[in-house]
Amino acid sequence: MNHDQLLNPKSLPHSPEKATLEGKNKFLGLWFFLGGETVLFASLFGTFIALRNSTAGGPSSEELFGLELVFIMTVLLLTSSLTSVYAMYHMRNHDFKKMQLWLGITGLLGLSFLGLEIYEFTHYITEYGFTFRSSAFGSAFYTLVGFHGGHVTFGIAWLIVIMIRNARRGLNLYNAPKFNTFSLYWHYIDVVWVFVFTVVYLMGKVG
Amino acid sequence: MSIAVSESSVKAQKRSIGAVLWDYLTTVDHLKIAHLYIFGGAFFFILGGIEALIIRIQLLVPENDFVTAGFYNEVITMHGTTMIFLAAMPILLGLMNAIMPLQIGARDVAFPFLNALGVWLFILGGLLLNLSWFFGGAPDAGWTAYAPLSTTSPGHGVDYYVMGLQLAGAGTLMSGINFLVTIINMRAPGMTYMRMPLFTWTTFITSILILFAFPALTVGLFLLQFDRMFGAAFFDVALGGNTIIWQHLFWIFGHPEVYILILPVFGAFSEIFSTFSKKRIFGYTSMIFATMLIAFLGFMVWAHHMFTVGMGPIANTIFSVATMAIAVPTGIKIFNWLATMWGGSVKLNSAMMWAIGFIPSFTIGGMTGIMVATVAADYQYHDTYFVIAHFHYTIVGGTVMGIFAGLTYWWPKIFGRVLNETLGQITFWTFFIGFHMTFFIQHFLGLMGMPRRYWVFLEDQGLDTGNLISSIGAFLMAVGVIVFIINAIYVWLKGEKAANDPWDGRTLEWTTASPPEHYNWKQTPLIRGLDCLWLEKTEGNGKMIPAHPLKDIHMPNGSILPFIMSVGFFIAGLGFIYQTDNKLWYIALFGGMAISLLAMLVRSVQDDLGHYITKEELKGEAE
Repeated sequence: MNHDQLLNPKSLPHSPEKATLEGKNKFLGLWFFLGGETVLFASLFGTFIALRNSTAGGPSSEELFGLELVFIMTVLLLTSSLTSVYAMYHMRNHDFKKMQLWLGITGLLGLSFLGLEIYEFTHYITEYGFTFRSSAFGSAFYTLVGFHGGHVTFGIAWLIVIMIRNARRGLNLYNAPKFNTFSLYWHYIDVVWVFVFTVVYLMGKVG
Repeated sequence: MSIAVSESSVKAQKRSIGAVLWDYLTTVDHLKIAHLYIFGGAFFFILGGIEALIIRIQLLVPENDFVTAGFYNEVITMHGTTMIFLAAMPILLGLMNAIMPLQIGARDVAFPFLNALGVWLFILGGLLLNLSWFFGGAPDAGWTAYAPLSTTSPGHGVDYYVMGLQLAGAGTLMSGINFLVTIINMRAPGMTYMRMPLFTWTTFITSILILFAFPALTVGLFLLQFDRMFGAAFFDVALGGNTIIWQHLFWIFGHPEVYILILPVFGAFSEIFSTFSKKRIFGYTSMIFATMLIAFLGFMVWAHHMFTVGMGPIANTIFSVATMAIAVPTGIKIFNWLATMWGGSVKLNSAMMWAIGFIPSFTIGGMTGIMVATVAADYQYHDTYFVIAHFHYTIVGGTVMGIFAGLTYWWPKIFGRVLNETLGQITFWTFFIGFHMTFFIQHFLGLMGMPRRYWVFLEDQGLDTGNLISSIGAFLMAVGVIVFIINAIYVWLKGEKAANDPWDGRTLEWTTASPPEHYNWKQTPLIRGLDCLWLEKTEGNGKMIPAHPLKDIHMPNGSILPFIMSVGFFIAGLGFIYQTDNKLWYIALFGGMAISLLAMLVRSVQDDLGHYITKEELKGEAE
């Protein structure tokens, strides 16, 4: 396969993201990366669970958290997972424009999630004086949820870069794996949020 | 006339230093990256060795004042950290990088760019850590950096520890993912899993350990960093923190780490025993399953480092039993190696001497491992020289001997020269005798109650002679290492170019040139069985059958970006360390991050399609 076939293929195979060795490598490599990320988040969850009642006289999770806001955030992020599935569906059908459209919606949903998270953090800091430094619970909360938020931020930046870079040239065998690995990463970040929602917020309210 | 010819041939062979430097800064070739890992690792091995000698000089006589107590703390911390993270692991990664692709018939690793990024992160992380010596003192909280000792240690030493290891650790994690994907996706036709050489198998399983162990260290280091630099309270008991979290995270990483150090050399020893006994490895399948079992159990035993913390009898017992269970698969391996030699035509050269010397040395380390795994007895051994003796018997008697064996065995493939045999045997005997002198006596020093990490001991408590013997042994080991370095320089200057297959080998790497071309093979070989080269020697014509006709070879392009990214993180690391003193250092922090992120952006938007070596070029090159 030469460079021209890679960048300007006459016809794309059904799964363009796994048609080349590079694509297969990226696909598998990202799965392994997510395996490592699982240990990373597991360590953060473990730390959080150990410290979630160490409020040092500051506000506890029952006083802080409002499930309404977190519920909206959850809906936004889970929906963005669904829209990224639509994007990958259109990629496999070689419809570049629709793929970009659904990826754009994914990014917007991610951004609104991020906006609400920033609002949530400022609310805790200004209304309750609950900060990264105020207690071990505060450190653990902002580190765990912040690491997740950092992953969302990185994902959005990544998405914007590959969307703009490939906007004019359409889908080919070289960039298809990039879209696909982004989508896998994005799903993973959503799965982590499900655990954040359960362990931090639900258990914080009722556990 | 003859002078003119030789001058021009020298010119053709020797490139300017600048060109060589640029080549290595931008390389993505697995063999050149292996060179960087091995040279970098050797440099830090010498540093760690000097630190070891300082420890042994200080403990040569009772109440010595060779170094101050504070400096002694820095030296023991840096000795452990350097040897584990910056010497042993990189040299092993170097061996894996050089040999694993050759053993499976791949032209390079799956992600050559990441491979280069990994090695630069290691080198710059190591340099960052060691810069601490020149800027206000090295880390002094022990290589385990237990909180609250590490969170309250004054100065910036521990900050350097955090940032240096964070960089080097990220690089290692990338290598782990890279090797896994390479082995799964890039094996030559016919190279099934159950035909892979054992060194490739142990590389594979070690990579799984790296993948699942290192993120725990990453998190631990982040927590320590947040506590020290940004006022978090993870380990601050006054604000509800808990110092035991550090111990758990550190050992959830740290115990798999010791298997990351030992499994690759198990693979190397398997190749050496088989090659120099002229026999197929005994129990190939059981070797693989034993390795898997060790790796699996390796994740279940971390708390045996914490028996004296007060976890209670139930937890202690579970971790004790799980630890002892690891002796079973390790025993399987020991007996398989012995059975491989049994009835073989054993050739006793320096590589084989390391392998044979390893068996009793490592077995002693394993046996004392069972002793320290016994909870009730461990209350006696804990934090004494008995533990020091135990883990040096496994890490020096296992990993370091394995590194010497593997380097001696694969030197011709990696550097194109066979090491001098006489010098090799001098290295072996001085190091082997020195090693046992240094550490065997430490078992008894420990049993007599000498605590680890103390900078002096008192006179006439039965510790004088033991410490003297131990220190003399350390110098003997140093002699061995120096002779090895002389050997390497000697064969580089005076040695002849190595043959493709100097040991009459059995596995695929011996079918390439020594050292191989950057594309490794003109035609990917077809693999017909285990020990594929030996199979062709005994049942074919001694050459591998090509899997395809001569065709264009696709190779990755070199890039300076991995180096730039690593430099960015290095600068950001300095920014993190010093922003607590002066807010101006935020410029370094954000500037460094910006450099790295911009390099990533360039990497993302720039198409990197690699290049082709055409059929015609391949034909044009001499056979």
